[in-house]
Amino acid sequence: MNSGLVPIGRTPKGAKKPGVQDEPAKEVPSKPGWDEVSVSKLDLKMRTENLDAYFGPTRVLKAITLGVALKQVTAVIGPSGCGKSTFVRCLNRMHEVVPGAHAKGLVLLDDVDIYARGVDPVNVRRRVGMVFQKPNPFPTMSIRDNVLAGLRLNGIRPDDPEAHLEKALKQVALWDEVKDNLGKAGTSLSGGQQQRLCIARALALEPEVLLMDEPCSALDPIATARVEELIHELRENYTIVIVTHNMQQAARVADLTAFFYMGELVEYNRTDVIFTRPKERRTEDYITGRFG
Amino acid sequence: MKETSYQRRHIIDVAVRGACFAATLLALVPLVSVLYYVTVRGIGGISLDFLTQLPKPVGEKGGGMANAIVGTLELVGLACLFGIPPGVLAGVYLAEFGNTRFGKFVRFSADVMSGIPSITVGLFVFALVVMSTKRFSAYAGGFALAVLMLPTVTRATEELLKLVPESLREAGLGLGVPQWRVTLRVMLRTAAPGIATGIMLAVARVAGETAPLLFTAFSNRFWPSSLNEPTPSIPVQIFTYAVSPYEDWHEQAWAGALVLVTLVLLLNISARLLVRHRVRAR
Amino acid sequence: MTVNAEVPLVRSESGWFSRLGAAGNLGDWLFRRITALNALLVIVLIGAMAYEMTVASSLSLKEFGFGFITSTVWDPVRQIFGALPFIYGTVVSSLLALLIAVPISIGIAIYLSELAPAAVRAVLGPLVELLAAVPSVVYGLWGVFALAPWLRESVEPLLQAAFGFLPLFQGPHQGFGLLAGGIVLAIMILPTISSVAREVLRAVPMSLREGALALGATRWETVRTAVLPYALSGLIGAIILGLGRALGETMAITMVIGNRAEISASLFAPSYTMASVIANEFTEATEELYLAALAEIGLLLFVVTVVLNVVARLLVWRVGRMPSGGRL
Repeated sequence: MNSGLVPIGRTPKGAKKPGVQDEPAKEVPSKPGWDEVSVSKLDLKMRTENLDAYFGPTRVLKAITLGVALKQVTAVIGPSGCGKSTFVRCLNRMHEVVPGAHAKGLVLLDDVDIYARGVDPVNVRRRVGMVFQKPNPFPTMSIRDNVLAGLRLNGIRPDDPEAHLEKALKQVALWDEVKDNLGKAGTSLSGGQQQRLCIARALALEPEVLLMDEPCSALDPIATARVEELIHELRENYTIVIVTHNMQQAARVADLTAFFYMGELVEYNRTDVIFTRPKERRTEDYITGRFG
Repeated sequence: MKETSYQRRHIIDVAVRGACFAATLLALVPLVSVLYYVTVRGIGGISLDFLTQLPKPVGEKGGGMANAIVGTLELVGLACLFGIPPGVLAGVYLAEFGNTRFGKFVRFSADVMSGIPSITVGLFVFALVVMSTKRFSAYAGGFALAVLMLPTVTRATEELLKLVPESLREAGLGLGVPQWRVTLRVMLRTAAPGIATGIMLAVARVAGETAPLLFTAFSNRFWPSSLNEPTPSIPVQIFTYAVSPYEDWHEQAWAGALVLVTLVLLLNISARLLVRHRVRAR
Repeated sequence: MTVNAEVPLVRSESGWFSRLGAAGNLGDWLFRRITALNALLVIVLIGAMAYEMTVASSLSLKEFGFGFITSTVWDPVRQIFGALPFIYGTVVSSLLALLIAVPISIGIAIYLSELAPAAVRAVLGPLVELLAAVPSVVYGLWGVFALAPWLRESVEPLLQAAFGFLPLFQGPHQGFGLLAGGIVLAIMILPTISSVAREVLRAVPMSLREGALALGATRWETVRTAVLPYALSGLIGAIILGLGRALGETMAITMVIGNRAEISASLFAPSYTMASVIANEFTEATEELYLAALAEIGLLLFVVTVVLNVVARLLVWRVGRMPSGGRL
């Protein structure tokens, strides 16, 4: 089905460590530390197996089998309507929020199927955070309240909320800019700052995975550059999946890239491999701009 | 030939536009007249005595409407207590889950309910509450007013909740907050100023209602000692005084009308200001 | 992980929750049901009203049957009750009110939504709506001390002089009566009709207007040929809503209509409406049959206004979005 796909560690059920199943991809030194590591040897934080997603009777994702590597940045690229947003929204069970939408198949977070009966999507979303395309800080709340919103709305009372606040804002490089104005409305910031505020809000909950759905498409180039810098830094502590329609952005920030087309996963590999030696014809056509 | 035809059409156009404008001005004549009379005839009766004293016995001059003013506050307060929570919750239901047949039926019923005459509501509450408790009370009056408020509060809540952008709901859900908490603490909180405006307008309408109080709260010449007794109210007092044969009472009716109209206008204006202030603060 | 250390994906006690369907937790389940119950309250209240009033009027329904509506005898002493004088008073005063209010309020609606410049609309619009904010009893007060004397002194003599050959304008004139009642009702239903009509006109798509204007139509011609036909059913709905409001209006009309249970052809004669007789006599009625008769009048009023409201709302919904419910 997915010819050309480098299988990312098909783990026998119940086991904790992914096993090596295939020959290592050819190593081309592109990032420090990558030399010895092949794609298939990476630890996985999340994994999908034959994931189908539907809007009502229409199937928009077909049998997606893919592993999200731990503490790496994975980009999901593809033309409009290929299902990349839908895929990412399946990873934190936001897909089913739309009336009539549902998903079938396995989605594992640390080897636990998040779609199993008895799993509360609310808890999934506490561990898999999300940042949206258009910054959406809560308009009735100040900057401080926005960052702490995730905690407060969940009834979590940290021992030192101010420390939490500072840590989250420092992680998104917003602390110095707003530390004297924490009481101002969240919506009084610029677009780029609002988006970083939303990232801080998501990070305040200390998720394990951060999903980003085209986080820069509503931002100007300077704000975009700052968010991309941010992603680089966050990689050390978080597993990140970023949807982007901008291939250059994927090339800049992502360690791994998955190319989707018409609801299918066409190819998935290290970013440099995807962009220099794609295995699939469709991938090559997309990245060379033969279709948008 | 073409010239005259166009001229004729032009004249008709101007004439009709003038007529419509005149109609609008004509409608404002009674408004101006009423406000004028209330102010001119009422201002003379407003005094500290009027606002603080009880009515004097029939035939004696003087006295005031203090108990009616307090009574109106009590009744409106009870109406809010009985009417706002169910109204807001019903409105939340319609906004969140209201696309079913049940939801549509509720919505339609709320609209129809807002057209039911207030005297009929008074009859209903009389049969339901006064007959069973065997007394007129502020509770009964407040309940009648709450029934009048309910459809307005429900629809206002629904309409304003629907205006809140879905992206906020997604943000809340994305933080791992359960759906119901997102609705209450994010969506409702964002829509709150608009809903408050709607509620204030509903309260203004209900504060001026007389008919439903006539046989629920009834009336009282003294200070009611509890909420379980006949309770006076400004509108009922105005009515009683207006249809009486006493000059002195007529004056007090005008003064009471001035107080009532001021209260209602204040509520109306602050409701509109609330919206404008919020919009500017964005 | 100080915050999420204890967040398990699978909750040990989640077994029976997951059987509750879509909601994974108790909060969502409860929330939906609690809000649904409150929504149900709206329907329950209407049903309860119908029930209570039927029960309250059962004595009278049994005693007088259909003749209640056709009998003109209202005699509390002999315990014989008939509602025709009140039905007459209600219908005539409401029709008179419609006659006066409809042209004016449609004119206002057309002016404010189609013809007025934005600055004028911003001022006049809220002013017209202010008409609805004045409490009914205040209109009544004004009616008693300002309108009725003016009618008695200036208007009615004029009408009698000019049109006295019509039975409508014959007889003694006190100022209080059907004419005063009709005028007061007209003032009160004006904002109702005009605000619903404005909403209806607003729902007419711009493209229709643009089409007519592009063909060289004048503003009025555009309204007449493109807007009004489209909005017609909604406008009729607005008028019916106004009628419903007029039928149920109590205080203002009670104070100016004269409260005499007689049927007369003249507009100057005092009359009595259904709402007024209930307001005036309910607390005086001691006998059960008397109360039941008054309750039956209330029931009639309830049924008629509900039916009118249902028809009106259906008509208005057909044109476009409904304005939010309220005592329009």
